[in-house]
Amino acid sequence: MMAVVHMFADAAVIAKRNMIKIKRVPEVLVFVLLSPIMFVLLFAYVFGGSINIPGGSYREFLIAGIFAQTVVFGSTFTGVGIADDIQKGIIDRFRSLPMSQAAVLIGRTASDVVYNVLTLLIMGLTGLVVGWRIHSSLWEGLVGFGLLLAFSYAFSWTMALVGLLVPSVEVINNASFMVIFPVTFIANTFVPTENLPTVLRTFAEWNPISALTQAVRELFGNIPPGTPDPTAWPLQNPVIYTLIWAALIIAVFAPLASIRYQKAVKQG
Amino acid sequence: MGNVIEAFGLVKHYGDVVALDGLDLAVPEGSVFGLLGPNGAGKTTAVSVLATLLIPDSGSARVAGADVLEEPARVRERIGLSGQYAALDEHLTGFENLDMIGRLYRLGRSRSRARARELLEVFDLTEAGNRPVKTYSGGMRRRLDLAGALVASPPVLFLDEPTTGLDPRSRLDLWGVIRELVARGSTLLLTTQYLEEADHLADRIMVIDQGRDIAQGTPDELKTLVGGERIEVTVVSDSDLPRAQEVMQRFAVGELAYENRNRRITAPISGGAAVLTKALRALDAEGVDLHDVGLRRPTLNDVFLTLTGHAAEPNGNRGSSEDLSSVRGKAGS
Repeated sequence: MMAVVHMFADAAVIAKRNMIKIKRVPEVLVFVLLSPIMFVLLFAYVFGGSINIPGGSYREFLIAGIFAQTVVFGSTFTGVGIADDIQKGIIDRFRSLPMSQAAVLIGRTASDVVYNVLTLLIMGLTGLVVGWRIHSSLWEGLVGFGLLLAFSYAFSWTMALVGLLVPSVEVINNASFMVIFPVTFIANTFVPTENLPTVLRTFAEWNPISALTQAVRELFGNIPPGTPDPTAWPLQNPVIYTLIWAALIIAVFAPLASIRYQKAVKQG
Repeated sequence: MGNVIEAFGLVKHYGDVVALDGLDLAVPEGSVFGLLGPNGAGKTTAVSVLATLLIPDSGSARVAGADVLEEPARVRERIGLSGQYAALDEHLTGFENLDMIGRLYRLGRSRSRARARELLEVFDLTEAGNRPVKTYSGGMRRRLDLAGALVASPPVLFLDEPTTGLDPRSRLDLWGVIRELVARGSTLLLTTQYLEEADHLADRIMVIDQGRDIAQGTPDELKTLVGGERIEVTVVSDSDLPRAQEVMQRFAVGELAYENRNRRITAPISGGAAVLTKALRALDAEGVDLHDVGLRRPTLNDVFLTLTGHAAEPNGNRGSSEDLSSVRGKAGS
């Protein structure tokens, strides 16, 4: 019991340290906030005009997809932060302290939620400017944002492991691109899955990012009326399916990352 | 007095590279132990194992009464580590760095803050304490890093190359700080590439090469082994040589060495600069014209040449105090 209290107290110290960094290096924050604006505008105006969704607005259809993709990309920050800490040698210091050994990773993933909250806030505002609306209730809208944050938190644990494995910070962006791009594109994020070839369609239907997007779309009330109900189970129960995946990712990657952390030593 | 740090047969390989090759060591309570060796000798690896950062392939170690492999958490409560890379958060201020470490040692909010302020004062960083570490000089970073190791006043300290890459002035400052620490009774294991540094700070020195103990003793024993300090004089004309020899013989503590072709005489001495001054006065009184004169202290390189027959640095850099710049930079051992 005491160990758990200590773990969270230590994680809070680490998270506070990471937050100070956000304040001291505003350039990072500017980049974090500008890129989602760019994404919303690009998709809304470049693709938005040329793709038709029967009975609805492609822009509104897109927003949930862009949100999902952006928060998943945001998890890269976790990996970059951890790889940077190893490279600078501060992880060596943390590991020599009588602190909870899980706290550095928990503190890091927790403080990165703040980035995602800010990102979602900015994207939401940009979305409103280009004509996106929540057609359901405020409550459902908030649940939608909560689901995005929950999934991205879980996903940041995969990047925590990547950050512990790569030899330098520079490798992370490329490594994460290789994984995140296909996973977020072979999904219903930007196009309806019905039009995909069979193999890709099956992948897309069981892809948790499709379920996340579908859930958020439903919660925001952004599914055009008359859209046929999805046939795949994950897309019929997107909230539960997304939460199962989030739990699964944490259950697998949090222990893996923690074990790896015990061996993390700056490569001299 | 028992040994506070003990290691038995530590072995660590990185692929084909042998970092530690059956290293044993024992450091009595309250003493300063210098681990001396060139880059890649295994110094940092040894410290990493003792500080619970690295698990050795084989061997065992006890630090402050706890087994490094069995009870790493207990070891961590009793050690302070300061590495050669100054493991600080660049974006945090000096105060915030120390406060964070204090919180992670679970000193509590107010004690941790008070301790941070106290240490900034001790290390002459009070004014810089509210600036991000990014703005600090190399010497300030090292002092802050050292302060970080002292936050919880641990009984055992590991300092891994505390002065590598520092300018001579900062090095002297840091030596002063370290000597004060030791005077308060901490047990210290220090790694260094500089014989001079180990000589100044350590009670006992172990020279390691390729992860093995190749010599051990007090600084005096080691210096005696490699011949201690000596004066080198080069005279202008051959006719002065006999008189110069006669004078140097008076100050030498051993046999003189001659290089007739260069008109150079080398005399082993003890007493450093004071003896040099006297010798110069005597040479002047005899009317000997000098082309060059110098006080040479034995370096790590001399130790290595004596003990192993090969130079300390792979590229033959001399580790003398005059050209420290050549051994600066990344010293991953």
